[in-house]
Amino acid sequence: MNPTAPDLNIPASDEREKLLERAMARHHNSGDALIEILHTAQQLYGYLSRPLLSKMARRLNLPPSHVLGVATFYHLFRFEPPKKHSAIVCLGTACYASGAGQLLAAAQQSASEGEWTLTTGRCVGSCGLAPIAICDGIPLARVKPGDLAAVLGGKHDG
Amino acid sequence: MSVRTLEVDGRTITAMADQTIFSAAWDNGIRIPRLCHLGGLPDAAACRLCLVEIEGQKRLQSACTTKVAEDMVVRTDTPALQAHRKLIIELLFAERNHVCSVCVVNGACELQTLAAELGVDHIRMKPQYPKLPVDVSHHRFGIDHNRCILCTRCVRVCDSVEGAHTWDVAGRGRNSLIISDLGEPWGESASCTSCGKCVQVCPTGALFSKGKTVAEMRKDRSFLQYIVTAREKRLWIAERKPR
Ligand code: SF4
Ligand code: SF4
Ligand code: FES
Ligand code: FES
Repeated sequence: MNPTAPDLNIPASDEREKLLERAMARHHNSGDALIEILHTAQQLYGYLSRPLLSKMARRLNLPPSHVLGVATFYHLFRFEPPKKHSAIVCLGTACYASGAGQLLAAAQQSASEGEWTLTTGRCVGSCGLAPIAICDGIPLARVKPGDLAAVLGGKHDG
Repeated sequence: MSVRTLEVDGRTITAMADQTIFSAAWDNGIRIPRLCHLGGLPDAAACRLCLVEIEGQKRLQSACTTKVAEDMVVRTDTPALQAHRKLIIELLFAERNHVCSVCVVNGACELQTLAAELGVDHIRMKPQYPKLPVDVSHHRFGIDHNRCILCTRCVRVCDSVEGAHTWDVAGRGRNSLIISDLGEPWGESASCTSCGKCVQVCPTGALFSKGKTVAEMRKDRSFLQYIVTAREKRLWIAERKPR
């Protein structure tokens, strides 16, 4: 047994905490509503931290590994705080066929230390512009790995 | 409980209505290949090795989760099924790292045994060799994810028999990984009771006892039969065979 319980460094007076408590109460603290509650938590906090997951597991009477297992199954849950900018690389069939794989590899390299949160999507509905990346809401059509890397590498006014 | 009569590999057998094809076949000495099923654990149908043909059904069904039915005609060992099973084993070998010669369970591994039985002597696809962690933070046991085939026996025994639910599966697809609690090292898990059940049920060398070297680790599953049947029959003293 591990005597040191995970530290819940979320202030008790935090408004977000009250909202999360309310969301859980609305579902009668039932584990069946886990996915909806994870959604609410991510909306409130921007991402799912370990202390937050641990707190939800306890309140919903679910094993922690089950909560993390469910959360990591879905692409839309984040476990790191979102960075200043966000980039989505489309990995849909059309984009993949036109080189989204290399695009992603280039983006991963330059996003790792920068200010961009990198995610991937499954067909954003503009296959004619493949391969496509969306940076802070702006679509970059038929983008080359080098150009995307330049944007993500910070040579960009934001 | 009503009885069902069915045909398995040309033999007429009887089974209880709530039995699965796997267990009805087992009771009659017909061994269907499996990696995730283990008597006494709830089934997950994770490995797909027990797929069988049922007359009148287009799709193959997993014998470990399909219930018997009256007049069902089942085939467990056709050339097509053999080919599927070989392919599954090859994919399992290619997915992670299974160099048997340096494995703690060499000679007593269910994956290795099955591969030999099915005549898998090479793999047709490119091995992935992902560099996965080996967690030896627990004071008695270790987990080598490179040997894990994601059968989830450890998850199920820890949840349904030990009641600790330390393990679960994180991620999906090729990124799936067995995790303890919130992904902390096993040794720091607050829920693990160090009972060792997961180690004993693991079909490969993924879960092992510390201090065992190559080909030394042997697994003993008799505890499972004992715990599960003892609960039902209210037998509180194990009738263990002398070792
Ligand atoms: S040692 Fe026992 S409690 Fe710990 S993970 Fe394994 S089965 Fe669960
Ligand atoms: S660690 Fe062993 S028992 Fe657990 S999923 Fe992997 S192969 Fe199966
Ligand atoms: S596949 Fe990328 S937009 Fe359709
Ligand atoms: S034994 Fe039936 S799917 Fe694994």
